[in-house]
Amino acid sequence: MVPSSTAIVVPGLSARLPLLGDLFAYHFMVNAFLAGTLIALTAAPVGYFLVLRGQSFVGHALSHVGFAGAAAAVLLGISPVLGLLAVGVVGALGIGTLGGSSPRLGIANDIAVGTVLAFSLSLGLFFIRLSSSYAANVYGFLFGTILGISDQSLRLIAVLSAVTLVLIGLVARPLLFASVDPSVAAARGVPVRALSYVFLVLLAVAVAEAVQVVGVLLIFALLVTPAATAQQITARPGRAVALATALALVVTWAGLAVAYYSAYPVGFFVTTFAFGVYLLTRGARSVWMRGRRQPSARRVGAVG
Amino acid sequence: MIGVVLDAVDGMPVGLPLVVPNLAGAVQSLRTMLELDFMRQAFLAGTALSLVAGLVGYLVVLRRLIFTSDFLSHVAFPGALGAILLGISPLLGVFGLSASVALGLSALGERARARDVTTGTALAWVFGVGALLLSLYTSGSSARNSTVGVNVLFGSIFGLQTRQAQLVALVGALVVVVLLVVARPLLFASLDPDVAAARGVPVRLLNAVFLILLAVTTAEAVQAVGALLIFALLITPAAIARRLTVRPYAAWLLSGLLAIGFTWAGLVLAYELPYPVSFFITGLAFAGYVAVVAVQWVATLRRPAGRTAPGPAG
Repeated sequence: MVPSSTAIVVPGLSARLPLLGDLFAYHFMVNAFLAGTLIALTAAPVGYFLVLRGQSFVGHALSHVGFAGAAAAVLLGISPVLGLLAVGVVGALGIGTLGGSSPRLGIANDIAVGTVLAFSLSLGLFFIRLSSSYAANVYGFLFGTILGISDQSLRLIAVLSAVTLVLIGLVARPLLFASVDPSVAAARGVPVRALSYVFLVLLAVAVAEAVQVVGVLLIFALLVTPAATAQQITARPGRAVALATALALVVTWAGLAVAYYSAYPVGFFVTTFAFGVYLLTRGARSVWMRGRRQPSARRVGAVG
Repeated sequence: MIGVVLDAVDGMPVGLPLVVPNLAGAVQSLRTMLELDFMRQAFLAGTALSLVAGLVGYLVVLRRLIFTSDFLSHVAFPGALGAILLGISPLLGVFGLSASVALGLSALGERARARDVTTGTALAWVFGVGALLLSLYTSGSSARNSTVGVNVLFGSIFGLQTRQAQLVALVGALVVVVLLVVARPLLFASLDPDVAAARGVPVRLLNAVFLILLAVTTAEAVQAVGALLIFALLITPAAIARRLTVRPYAAWLLSGLLAIGFTWAGLVLAYELPYPVSFFITGLAFAGYVAVVAVQWVATLRRPAGRTAPGPAG
């Protein structure tokens, strides 16, 4: 006989412990917090450049391409991270070749990226179908397994984070210049094209790192949303990166903590908090802008 | 034996020997396949929804709404799961959510770049909600299993009931009728919105109509290829068609026909082989796209610079 039915019906973290101090009582929660922190720290600066360069769609595509890579790696019996990294870097270089020196991809390249995106998803499905356990694997890749991070994965995440952050720091200034005004940067001798490859590879690494934790589908919440929110608040790059990082950290921590005390998935809370903050910022900004502007002075010119 | 006749000018084969090893056997196999009820439903629904996806997809490409359409297809995931949880038809759930999100997005993002970021931000949240609904669904009853979510994501066209397939076909026919009625102004407004607006075409209204059609298409296509792979039916046929002809109406029709072709071939392959239909449909579409791009690339290499050869349209 099972003593209590509720313990079975409510999945995952159902303990509903009364005190916040219990948050770190379990090793997997410590790992989840550490991994989440590392990923938020990496994703926010990379995401800042992603938004600045208008390449959200590329980030989206790279995470989906990673799905095929991770599934293939599982099929071959190697670590999914390796598959994610390999396929992600190849995809990044491919997109770089398509896009040329311009950071903003044209419509033809959008089509190419989208076609590859859809195909790699179905390829991932195919690989998963070939290997043994079906549904569990699919959900693991799509929605992440932040509560199942092993010590080994954590070490790998730490290394990847450090490498990505150092590289981003090294190329930050020229990359910023090349992202804001590619033609002037090129005229000044900044290697715009090479930088766009470097950035795409860094993006692929950040995506590969984050996919294990938040999954293919939720990665945007850490990559794009904090950066988009920060850019609503400030136009200055340094502040925006700092703000995006802070937001990503707070959102991740809050999501993990709330999920721990509820029966619902971490991904839901992380994305909801991130999106909520974005909407609030947008709303506050439009109210503030309206207050600053002379009433009805420029309303006429507002084209929908 | 018919020999391969080579064109002296550019070395392309003109007449290839037609080898059909076992025509009677293939026809017999197809006949057996179509006698199966679930295959007939799959073909009925598949034809309707791919025609709609191909036609609407061409306009998506013209209107540069690729990212938006990808997003709307992803919305199908929480839409379908939510509808299942509420006990209503997934088709209705997907349509309702996609349509409201589409209209909301068009209200939110005024500039192209803002829309990109807004779409991405909202996209992440939609999946978060999907994760919540999935956990609610799987934890709600022990009898349910989690493959429902996988079906919503990757499609389950062989599992359609007769009534569902008929509904898909009916809705598809309706969408085609609406498209035919608004075809001229819609194409005009998609190709050149500014001139169309100046000429008195109700661009904003057409915008809304188009987004609703896109939402319906999404709801349709979820049945066959699932929320994650709709994109293949929506974008890839249109991309191929645009590369093959520059004439709008011809490309539009070709896009619809190509989508049907991929779906049919995918259904037949999935019937013969033990792998998912959606893999074959997206794989075929991808292969077709790559083939067209490669052939055109080779053609531009062969063509002497400066001269425009009257070869198969560039």
